[in-house]
Amino acid sequence: MVIPHIMNAQNKIEVYNFEQLEKEWTVSGDSVVIVNFWATWCKPCVEELPEFEKLNKWISGKKAKLLLVSLDFPKQLKTSLIPFVKQKKLQSKVVLLDGGNPNNWIDRVSTDWSGAIPATLIISQSKNFKEFKEKQCSFEEIKSIIHSLLE
Amino acid sequence: MKNLIFIIFALFMITNSNAQNGYKIGDQASGFSLKNIDGSMVSLTDYASSKGVIVVFTCNHCPFAKAYENRIIELHNIYAEKGVPVVAINPNDPKEVPEDSFDEMKKRAKEKSFPFKYIFDETQATAKTYGATRTPHVYLLKNVGGTFHITYIGAIDDNHSDAENVKEKYLEDAVNALLNNTKPTTEMTKAIGCSIKWKK
Repeated sequence: MVIPHIMNAQNKIEVYNFEQLEKEWTVSGDSVVIVNFWATWCKPCVEELPEFEKLNKWISGKKAKLLLVSLDFPKQLKTSLIPFVKQKKLQSKVVLLDGGNPNNWIDRVSTDWSGAIPATLIISQSKNFKEFKEKQCSFEEIKSIIHSLLE
Repeated sequence: MKNLIFIIFALFMITNSNAQNGYKIGDQASGFSLKNIDGSMVSLTDYASSKGVIVVFTCNHCPFAKAYENRIIELHNIYAEKGVPVVAINPNDPKEVPEDSFDEMKKRAKEKSFPFKYIFDETQATAKTYGATRTPHVYLLKNVGGTFHITYIGAIDDNHSDAENVKEKYLEDAVNALLNNTKPTTEMTKAIGCSIKWKK
């Protein structure tokens, strides 16, 4: 008997280096890319996850993609991140960033980023648009930013 | 003339909007007086005879801060006797993170036998003045004839998750530069950390 999957939450989470992550927005064509930096142990990050789950539903069928980039320690992928994603039944795409020295890549995300999380990057290459927020965000806030970019 | 004024105004707006709040390299650090875990008050003026002070905004709960606890202890053990002690400051609002309360600070310091001062920035004014945004967030202060000047801001090193595989010891290099009376090769770095939990 085959037990059907009740949810789409990922059982496997890809580990990206920074170059792979950066391609998500440098090679994004006319899509709007939303990248949220978080970690399972970051309280304000976990608080805002439902907002991004809402956003994930809302962008379905639109020219936009959302990526939840976990900054959990790589050695805690199996012990913390995967169980967390399963337990919260996260539907958005989650990747783990194992980027090496953060001083080499934080500015490549945004020079406005001090390195604190949560943080969110919104990019549209075709509209030459980039906005960065080093704070907790709401669904409505992100929606209002990307709404005009989707037209 | 009108154009010139406009250009000056525009330039002012640009530089102003790009300016990070808080201290920059070379700035003079203003004093603080904050409560240590033993109940005594700790002021910057207490360090008048030190060559410098390693100010680390850190806390109990943050995994990045935890990952650096042993390294901060080691730095203090090496550099305090050379005249550059560590002062750890917890800037978090315990209402947001109960694990970062003053009592919990005492507990953690005891568990880990912190050899340095661990003081509580209850009003968060010091963190704001410095421009700290995350834990851990380091400011190296150099004593220049009685006033303290910022010579390094940023990360402790380049590898938070694995102390064994650190390649760049940014803070240590900066402290050595301070002791040699030279400028650090790297004056500013960025690191991932927990956002400071500001009062709501």
